[in-house]
Amino acid sequence: MILGIDVGGTHTDAVLVENYQVRKKAKVLTDNSNIMASLLAASQNISLQENLKNIKRIVLSTTISTNAIVQNKIDRVGMVLLSGPGLSPATLKSSTDSFYVSGYINHRGIEIKPVIEQEIKDTGEYFRNENIQKIGIVGKFSTRNPQQELSVAKILRNNNRQFSLGHRLSGHLNFPRRIATAYLNAAIDRIYNDFVREVGLFLREIGANIPVYILKADGGTILIDQSISYPVQTIHSGPAASIMGVLATTAIKEDAVALDIGGTTTDISVFADGAPLLEASGVTINGNKTLIRGLYTKSIGVGGDSIICIKNGEILVGPLRDGPAAAFGGTYPTLTDAIIVLGMAALGNPQKAIAAIQPLAAQLKTDIISLSQSILDKAIAVITSNVRKVLSAINNQPVYTIHELLEGKTIRPQSVYVVGGPAAAMAPSVARSLGYPYHIPEHSEVTNALGAALARTTAEVTVLADTEKEVLTISEEGIFRKIPHTFSSAQAIEAGKEALKQRVLRMGASIDDLEMEVTEVQEFNMIREFYTTGKNIRAKIQIKPGLISACNIG
Amino acid sequence: MKNKTRKTGLIFFPAFDWAISETHPEREERLLYTQDQVLEEGLLDLDNIREFKPGIATYEDINRAHICVPDAQSITTQSHLISAGGAITAAQKVLTKEVDNAFALVRPPGHHAMLVAHGARGFCNINIEAVMIEYIRKNFGIKKIAVVDTDCHHGDGTQDIYWNDPDVLCISMHQDGHTLYPDTGFINDFGGPNALGATINIPLPPKTSDEGFLHVLDHVILPILDDFRPEIIINSAGQDNHYSDPITDMCFSAHGYALLNEKLAPHIAVLEGGYSIEKALPYVNVGIILAMAGLDYSAVREPDYDPDKIRQSMDITRFIESESQEIILMWNDRYNMKAKIVGSAGYVRRSKSIYYDTDGIREKQMETVRVCNDCGGLVMIESAADTGKKIFAVILPGTCCPECRRNGEMFFERLSGGQYNHIYFQDREKDVFIVK
Repeated sequence: MILGIDVGGTHTDAVLVENYQVRKKAKVLTDNSNIMASLLAASQNISLQENLKNIKRIVLSTTISTNAIVQNKIDRVGMVLLSGPGLSPATLKSSTDSFYVSGYINHRGIEIKPVIEQEIKDTGEYFRNENIQKIGIVGKFSTRNPQQELSVAKILRNNNRQFSLGHRLSGHLNFPRRIATAYLNAAIDRIYNDFVREVGLFLREIGANIPVYILKADGGTILIDQSISYPVQTIHSGPAASIMGVLATTAIKEDAVALDIGGTTTDISVFADGAPLLEASGVTINGNKTLIRGLYTKSIGVGGDSIICIKNGEILVGPLRDGPAAAFGGTYPTLTDAIIVLGMAALGNPQKAIAAIQPLAAQLKTDIISLSQSILDKAIAVITSNVRKVLSAINNQPVYTIHELLEGKTIRPQSVYVVGGPAAAMAPSVARSLGYPYHIPEHSEVTNALGAALARTTAEVTVLADTEKEVLTISEEGIFRKIPHTFSSAQAIEAGKEALKQRVLRMGASIDDLEMEVTEVQEFNMIREFYTTGKNIRAKIQIKPGLISACNIG
Repeated sequence: MKNKTRKTGLIFFPAFDWAISETHPEREERLLYTQDQVLEEGLLDLDNIREFKPGIATYEDINRAHICVPDAQSITTQSHLISAGGAITAAQKVLTKEVDNAFALVRPPGHHAMLVAHGARGFCNINIEAVMIEYIRKNFGIKKIAVVDTDCHHGDGTQDIYWNDPDVLCISMHQDGHTLYPDTGFINDFGGPNALGATINIPLPPKTSDEGFLHVLDHVILPILDDFRPEIIINSAGQDNHYSDPITDMCFSAHGYALLNEKLAPHIAVLEGGYSIEKALPYVNVGIILAMAGLDYSAVREPDYDPDKIRQSMDITRFIESESQEIILMWNDRYNMKAKIVGSAGYVRRSKSIYYDTDGIREKQMETVRVCNDCGGLVMIESAADTGKKIFAVILPGTCCPECRRNGEMFFERLSGGQYNHIYFQDREKDVFIVK
């Protein structure tokens, strides 16, 4: 058995899963000031104690990291940045606690300018005086050669300081994103570790000694102990859980679109041959573009609680919301109220829904049924036009080889999966407008917990082999070692797979869930003065988001 | 530094799976480190920079700019259609106002490809700027266009295609043809009889540094552009004037390139040459992108940049100053030249010997232009290559007077197979292309 818990901002959901079947499910209100109480309450509702001995793993998805960032409950972070030439530091976001210091690694991973020890020590002095203990160290091209980030950390090391080193957080290139990622990772370190402690207390409280996993933004899991150095990976685990939930409750194998229609927003996600798509560069959170690997979602401001208003004779749905639907005692007419008026959902107080819609109908000189239908149509039009935009953007992503340009994969959805409160009311029309059939997955009220419960451990490694310099770099694992001049692409992939295997096993993957995928491999002859001097080999290997295999389902 | 930001489109197509041959400078690896630098700087995340996927040019697009022998399909590969398509995409995005300007960072390059194309020369099969220009003229009704070629090699292909076109100003600044391929581009090459001054060549001595390039920009290029008043400016942005380029001998820097771009303010830049793929291209390209986007490029410096080490000599400075004056005098005198050069002739002929270094083809051409005061003039070309192919082409200019049209149509009608493999009729005004 697996226990999946989704600690959302409003509700905490729990499910007990056995052989892919939901045995128990529960939903309680989240007490944001006492996460443990919420965990306990949800657990009680699924008779956890009776099943405890059968539970093989617990998986949590939590908004703790996202909320810390969105609500700005973060710590002061000292940033040491080795930028070298390029975009002016003035163009980058930075605070008074950010220091641009000497030192530069170029695109080949060659040290061009050294780190100056005294300069770093002076920076350390500032951090000490200001009592800053969370420190981010990020170098341009540090993923090509981590040595300078490591030497800065060594100079600054003392017992009280926690470091976030850029090269360990992602192997992808993008210095500003690497800065944002390391910054956020350091900034939520304390609040996340408090959460991990609470989970520990919860386990002690229920008397369990079961491995606990946390869901990451990419829809994969990581052992909670392994997550403490990289808390930023757990942002956006809510949307990730929802997408994994769709995967867990449907037999999706095709290109598809999934819609999670919530209170405030509708989140659009996309599947290619049954696998959820990842963000191309990384997750954006609260305006911060990061390198965090995350499942692709596009959030639009249309949801059940979206306020309806009339502007210049036109019906607008959202993006504002202010409390629940009128039918549930809210102040304003909402999309949910329109659905209730149409008799498509027996929820709340229909009289209140009618009363809220009535003045708008009067304003437009129409009846409440026609207006409600127009509201629903409008919401559906906004959603479907955004789905089309998303697909067009994905299918028009730039590619860099002739082969991909001419023969690259195009996503052609065969179905739309709809979850969330208004799913039943909206799915048929959405599907009609998009032109492909819809499915409403089972257990949609606990999709997130279920998705978390069944997600496998995921990871990615980025391999760079430069046989002219005779160096192999696998940034995420901190590998930077000598290779022979004859090193081949096959060997680079093999080294990458070995590193990836070690990485995911450490993160808690089951030995049965090591299905690796080489997502990118490129080999370039390096030619200098008309002679081939070496090879530049690049590869990315991942264990992609998916469900755990049947053999280890408790 | 205060800047006004602009919306810049980037069409990046490094063709990571295409090269002329295994160890050729125009190779897969060429834009690899540029891509690294662009990605690492996070330029694609900036609000005012947008990346677009290149379109694919059609043979029809190519036939508007070239007479391909035997046809466009035979002398191009998919890579050429994509790099020309990338240039067209850049133009579309600018002219539909999706962006303020755009940079087609694509390969393979094109500026050595001439009007008649029997194969590849100077690493170029088709002229991607010319294909783009003809696309612009057909689809956006733009008449006056200026091309400023800042590649180290003379932009002889672009010059050839627009030699007789008074509406397309081709300015090329390059390392002196006495010292570098393609051995042409001297100041007296000034355009065809009906288009004098629409071709401007500015040969520069080896070792010219930032100072010299910027002098020419300020004292020749910008004043001429002011006079010409083009509706759009295109920069053939070759990057082989860089001090570290392995196949040329100039001393231009990344900062110089960025400053040049800022002052020139092209609507569209198209990458041409540049073979210092590690030490120059990553920095030059980032510099150009930032300059186009109106962002601060002052921190873009090659790691080994030392202005004192590469500064041009006083002799070079003096030479460039005097050459600049000479060119401006010629430009100011351009309307008076026709009488001197053409006299009372009704047709003007020039013969050309063209060597296709990349494909090892030799071609002999006889070009005949109708002297005309109302348009660029009817052009007829007889071309024979040592591949055994001999062709004849009748070309009507983008704006064609009735007399030239009547003559051209008559010649084409009268010509018949016989000694020629093909006879071509290219009507740039009405967008007609016929082969017989």
